[in-house]
Amino acid sequence: MRARLEARREPSRAMRLATPPLAVLLTMVAGAVVFQIMGFDGPAAIHQIFIVPVIDPSHWPDLGVKAAPLIIIAVGLAIGFRANVWNIGAEGQYVFGALAATGVALATWEMEGVWILPAMCLAGLAGGMLYAAVPAFLKTRVGVNEILTSLMLTYVAIQLLYYLMRGPWKDPEGFNFPQSRLFTDWQTLPMVMEDSYIHLGVPISVLIALAVWIVMGRTIVGFEVRLAGLAPAAARHGGFNAKRTVWLCLLAGGGLAGLAGTFEAAGPYGQMVPQFPVGYGFTAIIVAFLGRLHALGIILAGLVLAVSYVGGELAQTAAGLPHAATGMFQAMMLFFLLAVDILVRYRLRFGRPAAAEGSA
Amino acid sequence: MTPEITIAILMTVVGASTPILLAALGELVVEKSGVLNLGLEGMMLIGAVAAFAVAATTGSAWLGALVAMLAGAAAALIFGVLTLTLTANQVATGLALTIFGVGVSSLVGAPFVGMTVEGLGTLFPESLADDAWGRILFGHNPLAYVSLLAVVLVVWFLNRSRAGLILRAVGESDEAAHSIGYSVIGVRYLAVLFGGAMAGLAGSCYSLVLTPLWADQLTAGRGWIALALVVFASWRPWRLFLGAYLFGGVMTLELHAKAAGLSLLEPEFLAMLPYLATIAVLTIISLRRSGARAGAPACLAKPFRASA
Repeated sequence: MRARLEARREPSRAMRLATPPLAVLLTMVAGAVVFQIMGFDGPAAIHQIFIVPVIDPSHWPDLGVKAAPLIIIAVGLAIGFRANVWNIGAEGQYVFGALAATGVALATWEMEGVWILPAMCLAGLAGGMLYAAVPAFLKTRVGVNEILTSLMLTYVAIQLLYYLMRGPWKDPEGFNFPQSRLFTDWQTLPMVMEDSYIHLGVPISVLIALAVWIVMGRTIVGFEVRLAGLAPAAARHGGFNAKRTVWLCLLAGGGLAGLAGTFEAAGPYGQMVPQFPVGYGFTAIIVAFLGRLHALGIILAGLVLAVSYVGGELAQTAAGLPHAATGMFQAMMLFFLLAVDILVRYRLRFGRPAAAEGSA
Repeated sequence: MTPEITIAILMTVVGASTPILLAALGELVVEKSGVLNLGLEGMMLIGAVAAFAVAATTGSAWLGALVAMLAGAAAALIFGVLTLTLTANQVATGLALTIFGVGVSSLVGAPFVGMTVEGLGTLFPESLADDAWGRILFGHNPLAYVSLLAVVLVVWFLNRSRAGLILRAVGESDEAAHSIGYSVIGVRYLAVLFGGAMAGLAGSCYSLVLTPLWADQLTAGRGWIALALVVFASWRPWRLFLGAYLFGGVMTLELHAKAAGLSLLEPEFLAMLPYLATIAVLTIISLRRSGARAGAPACLAKPFRASA
């Protein structure tokens, strides 16, 4: 008896929900095997990475803080991915947005007022949108592939950050370290609760995901984006302008990435430093797929990836696992998801093919 | 400019162009078969770390380069299984492969950070390269000659060989190639493995030739530039060759400016140039032709599953 794949008439809804947890499970098993082969205690490392951050409440605030930027960036990217607009330069938009917010912070450094923080957020949003507008313009006007342009701009943004930190934006009282001034109290995100380090950006990230969920599911704009991905010809016939969709997707993705960068700078960092880009923009791609490009799924997926970050740090101290293991682990999750996704479109069958399906 | 400086510039341009030419040639063959593998950067990093690890532990740079090719092909095999057998989205899988390569290379490379190895050196004995022409002809690293040979071989393969004709047929019309009995998936697997081996070799160029010193993310986005190069060349190997040397020139501007004592631009702005140049070049060719896809294989990135 041989196993074979049989095409489903329609993609399975149950499988769409089942494959992301299955992928995480497979990653845990495969990860334990890989770490064991590499000479670590595999099961113990997996326990540190995936179980400890979830069962130990002292790590929960950290999960929220790590998940917030991932969720905000991923819901923005997912809008584009649904319409087949492949913005993979979120890391650059995240940095550029944060730089715009830092610019406002440095210009208002000696001022006081509750308006300063919202101004920084607006600048971050606008900065991210502006940075994503470059690939949008080149795609719609000239037809240049947005994958390459958005990615190239990421490297440019990081160099710009290095330049500003080393040169014009260096803290004049910072003993010549390449980093900006510390933001003032008016320029940092308030904490949600006393004595915890959950900043205001964490609940806002969930609100943003909920807002995107409503926009994508209940409004004509959301319909336009989804239709552009599922049936581009139908979208054109329906009178939707394909170029407008591209602009919409890139501006939404860039703006949200810029806002996430602002929250990070005005939250956990409290200043701008050259080490600011840590790859959230790339990890958010994994979050978007693991969350099935759906805003609610992305909240869960953002938490899963946050667990892997927090647990990865724990495994460094507890099991001696190198820092880089986390990145490999996160990519494996996406590999397994892409692999098991065949179950959404195909059914695993055993035995001989049914007579009815002989025709080609 | 003195002749010495001119020759020095020429030598560094060849060095910088070689890896992107190798990687882009591999990707060109992959894309000609109708597959888009965006994981070039990841495969290059895996090749780079494999080469370094082997060279550092065995002392043989040549063995390192060979293992780099195998490692690149192994990484490409993951991509092949996911996209060709399991029909996963090629764009998403390629991105995953890049993220994976970044992780694997910094994991495997962690114990080697800051270490140096004996690189590949030059191919010909130094006595041949003692005057100006000698250096220009015989003074390069071995992979530079490999890359030039590879251009000729790929041109011959695609245009003159029967296997190359089949590969192009698979990329232009998978259904037709399938209906006359060619294995679309089989051909694409071979192309993807070739692309992986070339990317691995390109990666080894960074760790064994350009900087025989291990650092994280050694390839610094050059894999993406190689991808852009394929579009720039409209899928033609000769134009790829020209493009690689053009980009090699832009990439080494930073070095030359430093050497000449010029400080027109801050170093960070010089470092931006290759990426900005890529965007500019993609824009110009897209303006000139009716869209950048002119010359692209018709089945590029389209999944194929044999019916019946």
